[in-house]
Amino acid sequence: MSTVINEAVRDADVLPERIKHFPFPFSGDIYRYSANVEPSRKEVSTEAGAWGGRLLHIDEHYLAELKDRDEVLERDPSRLQVLPHMRPAVWDAICTLLPALAEEYPDTVSFTREGDLCRWRNSLQNLDVEFTVGDDSSLPMGPLRFLGSQIQDDLVFLDHRQDALWLDAGVVTFAADWSVGFDVGMKFLEVHHPVPRVKEEKIVSRAEQFLMRLQPGEQYRRTNWTLTIDRRLDTSTETYPNWAHDRMTIADDPALPDRLHLRVEIQHMIRLPHSGAVLFMIRSYLLPLRDIARVPVWRQNMGRVLAELPDDMAEYKGIIHYRKAASDWLLSA
Amino acid sequence: MTGTALQNKAKPLLDGTLQLEVTSVSAQTDSITSITFGGALGELLPSYVPGSHLVVQYGTGANAYSLTGSGSAPTEYSISVLRIENGAGGSLAMHALCVGDLVQVSHPRSAFAPAATASHHLLIAAGIGITPVLSHARYAAEWGASASLIYVHRPGTGAHVAEARQLLGPGLTECLDRSSFQEVLTRQLTTQQLGTHLYVCGPNAFMDSVLKQARDLGWPKSLLHSEAFSGAALDDGEPFEVRLARSKVTLNVPAGVSLLGTLENAGLTVPNMCRKGICGECAVPVLRGEPLHRDLYLTDQEKDDNTTMMCCVSRSLGQELELDL
Repeated sequence: MSTVINEAVRDADVLPERIKHFPFPFSGDIYRYSANVEPSRKEVSTEAGAWGGRLLHIDEHYLAELKDRDEVLERDPSRLQVLPHMRPAVWDAICTLLPALAEEYPDTVSFTREGDLCRWRNSLQNLDVEFTVGDDSSLPMGPLRFLGSQIQDDLVFLDHRQDALWLDAGVVTFAADWSVGFDVGMKFLEVHHPVPRVKEEKIVSRAEQFLMRLQPGEQYRRTNWTLTIDRRLDTSTETYPNWAHDRMTIADDPALPDRLHLRVEIQHMIRLPHSGAVLFMIRSYLLPLRDIARVPVWRQNMGRVLAELPDDMAEYKGIIHYRKAASDWLLSA
Repeated sequence: MTGTALQNKAKPLLDGTLQLEVTSVSAQTDSITSITFGGALGELLPSYVPGSHLVVQYGTGANAYSLTGSGSAPTEYSISVLRIENGAGGSLAMHALCVGDLVQVSHPRSAFAPAATASHHLLIAAGIGITPVLSHARYAAEWGASASLIYVHRPGTGAHVAEARQLLGPGLTECLDRSSFQEVLTRQLTTQQLGTHLYVCGPNAFMDSVLKQARDLGWPKSLLHSEAFSGAALDDGEPFEVRLARSKVTLNVPAGVSLLGTLENAGLTVPNMCRKGICGECAVPVLRGEPLHRDLYLTDQEKDDNTTMMCCVSRSLGQELELDL
């Protein structure tokens, strides 16, 4: 027994960062939807390392992913939506997330505020900017696009009114098969309408109740997952023709272990302190099956989860055509 | 209580309370005093949603008071307190505070938020009810939102009048007696543009009357917001029995004694803070029976679910309740 543990420790020591900090989502051999919500910033240990000690996480893909986001927004400005009444919420997010990032990475970024005048420095981007809270013209690219250029998370803003939450703003360039341009203005329950099972199980309405009860300053998180072919963050509905076809051919592709990625979203839910809007943050991590397989427990868990997953869930996640091939490779490797 | 403990409060725990220092005390009127709390180092305090309240502890009790600032990156929390000579003692304790005193306060809690989608904010306040709507008025001014205020106060007894005038200019209508208020109210309730939200704070009878008139004139419930402030005494209620499923005991809750008090007398420890149905600390799970909800904490839907109740103020509609305790 002790030999096994020692081997595991040795393996973990040599694993690269991308595996060590990967938020592996399965704790057993079966996966079902649940409102798996827990307080944020609590570190979770995995077989390979740990994740989740921070609200915001700068990793080795920081500059590449922000460049990716910028290109997506240049190509398709509809990925950024702000209904006019959400302007205070966007500024509230800036005044909440930038200081949080500075607190978590004091050697990399800094935030100071005197009254409404703020200064933001980001050494990774050689950036030193001053702006005034509430003055959209003080950030030339606009407040939400600016915020989206500083953190890797996609951002969705929910307004709380009439005993419901409404998706009224967001910058979402890395959607896992959905569209913020399509969903903007919808109720939380409407946005989640296509998800199988959750209506019957009342998961979405319970989640909405939970979010509506969040008090300002409270922070929670959950994880979600799917599979993505190649290291492609932009799998939104708008680019469907670019990526959907791969799903029909990947099962027979010998490069499957390197091309197929487990995509995990860490979703943070925050009640913004001043506007009272609910901020939903989605950070996406991609890890190829080849890397998953380097952690024996992960390989087995994921292989069994994919094999067992009911067809309706596999269909919704868009993985039904190749989940068996993925599972077979993981369980035989 | 030590300097070290205070420094920790710059980054407070959400579940915990903040320890703050009284930084200024100033008389607004003969009976209303404004009190300002700050951190020991003048550090930023958590921002808050306009209309939020702070639960301030005193002696063995705690009271909720509306914050009067806009809530944007504050270094101070300000409340204004009306002295009530024969109340439970909270207002007298607040009026006795001096600069330098240390107080325990909750994090600001939002229960009277402005509607982001409102085309106009119609604020209505009577007396000390000015406090939360002043917060709304400041927020509207900061963001350039359209707002107006009807403020009813007796001559010479209005708190924050100068600030209200400055913030709202011609949008402020002051009413010094009941009949002029009624006239203004009727006119304004019938001439608002589409999408106006109404916010009212004042004595319960005042709020009930304003809300009823608005509803009678066809205002949808979703546009009406009200903030009850402390002082409204709840009636003693009817006696009932409570069965504690896990402890396997049944207790009698007499009229005039709260469920929380009954549970405590029986030796149970129930987390609690304000004991007025505001803070949400004393929620208990209900297994059977129909609670008579009298709190200001649970949402309408949660009250309808009848699976949770605030045991400090809520009672039973039927003769018996069963709790998961």
